[in-house]
Amino acid sequence: MKTLHNSFESDGFVLTSIDHLINLARANSLWYLLFSTACCGIELMQTGGPRADLERFGSAPRAVPRQADLMLVAGTITLKMASRVKVLYDQMAEPRYVISMGSCANSGGLFQASYSVLHGVDRVIPVDVYLPGCPPRPEALLSALIELQNKVKKEKYLRKK
Amino acid sequence: MESILLGLGLEEATAQILGAILKALIVLLFFVTVGGVLTWVERRLSGFMQSRLGPNRVGPQGFLQWIADGVKLVFKEDLVPDGADRVLFRLAPYFCLIGVFCTLVVLPWGSGIIIADLNVGLFYFISITSLVVIGVLMAGWSSNNKWSLLGGMRAAAQIVSYEIPVGLGLLVPILISGTLSMQGIMASQGWLPWDWMLFKSPFTVLSFFIFFVGSLAEANRIPFDLPEAESELVSGYCTEYTGFRYAVFFLSEWANLFVVGALTTVVYLGGGNLPGMISGLWVVSLLVFFLKTGLVVFLIIWIRWTLPRFRIDQLMKLSWKYLLPAAFLAFFGQALWMLLTWKLPLVQLAMAVLIFLTFLVLLYLFIKRVSVNIKEQKTSVNSPLPAEAGK
Repeated sequence: MKTLHNSFESDGFVLTSIDHLINLARANSLWYLLFSTACCGIELMQTGGPRADLERFGSAPRAVPRQADLMLVAGTITLKMASRVKVLYDQMAEPRYVISMGSCANSGGLFQASYSVLHGVDRVIPVDVYLPGCPPRPEALLSALIELQNKVKKEKYLRKK
Repeated sequence: MESILLGLGLEEATAQILGAILKALIVLLFFVTVGGVLTWVERRLSGFMQSRLGPNRVGPQGFLQWIADGVKLVFKEDLVPDGADRVLFRLAPYFCLIGVFCTLVVLPWGSGIIIADLNVGLFYFISITSLVVIGVLMAGWSSNNKWSLLGGMRAAAQIVSYEIPVGLGLLVPILISGTLSMQGIMASQGWLPWDWMLFKSPFTVLSFFIFFVGSLAEANRIPFDLPEAESELVSGYCTEYTGFRYAVFFLSEWANLFVVGALTTVVYLGGGNLPGMISGLWVVSLLVFFLKTGLVVFLIIWIRWTLPRFRIDQLMKLSWKYLLPAAFLAFFGQALWMLLTWKLPLVQLAMAVLIFLTFLVLLYLFIKRVSVNIKEQKTSVNSPLPAEAGK
């Protein structure tokens, strides 16, 4: 017999719709943390500026990790900075997403051979989208954001996997 | 409301209780909607002022952005920091909410449309907004974070200081209308601009200025947003707040924007007064009220995205050294003015018309100057670069 309880167990219509709504809301309001460590930060500021304008997608800049949903790791992460990045990531409230912006954050990039540079930020925090470039242009960052939005829209939040 | 419920065949006591609950629900819905929509308005307007577009992806022109933000915030992780005072931390946002929400009760939306026409309406308004200070201070203290504490302390100092000039500034309209009831204050003005409280005498203009500046400071808007100054205090008293509790702070801040606009409209700009022949049309009265409120809110947003932030000592100096004596001056000046022109209503009218005409001339000069500035600005920021234009 199909009861309300049963329909919660399977992929019910109600939950699918609510899931869809929540995902749409989340994807369209990814507030990003103002955090940058190197030249990618300049491109990040440009992306917030008039020509690219991240806020079109509902992404407002936040100064506090507690209220941010998205962490843009923009720039070289040194070994000393790595622990701080981890702390900042831990301070963000779930659900949280990370875009690793530029070669340095992806793999250490140009400074890979240095004694003090972390070889990719994914060694300390999980990364959702990798964005290549040194540094990537604002357009590239926008496309990374859209990729992340597509990922968020496909999430299963209430339904069982 | 009660009469409709009585008509449905309910007992009188039940009808009254149900009516009160329904009214509260309507006001709560309005509160949430107006706070949400104003966040979208502000983000869009700030976008245009910075040659950007602002949020435009969710719904027509991004209108549903506030719903997306709200749903996201509600479903975010609820985080109470380790070492925080858990009870106070959870309680604080609701003090801010109540402080703003309860003011909606005494706002006259139009002539005759009011939830509770208290005979001490304006006094109630000033006293209930003080609850916000307690909420902010509680949030700052209980977060166990130095930035929050500094933000909370600053907010307390600022709001308590600015309450005095605002209260004294509001004495001038009270002196003219002779009542504290919001409907009474609105009714003492007319629909013509020179019947508005703002233009009645030079002292009311001064009192309007004091009230407006003080209200900006009490609402923590730029140039007085020191409690939240993100370049120095991270995010002030709401640094540690996430999800729903942050949404409550967010909402009460933007609803407060509307409340400030509405109070300015009612006390100084004639509220929803209509000419005598159509004074019965409450819908028109409501529309007039919202139009004026919208203009004041636009002015506040405009100020926010134009001016830089004050320093804390400059802020205190402005309140105690300049606004407070000016408020006393306005009060005594207005009393003297009323005493001198007690039996000369024509002189009063002439002065009001004169001030209104001065205001119009200043407005004309301002618009002329701005249009010249716009014409002189040859290249637009968004015009295509020469290389792109060739394609």
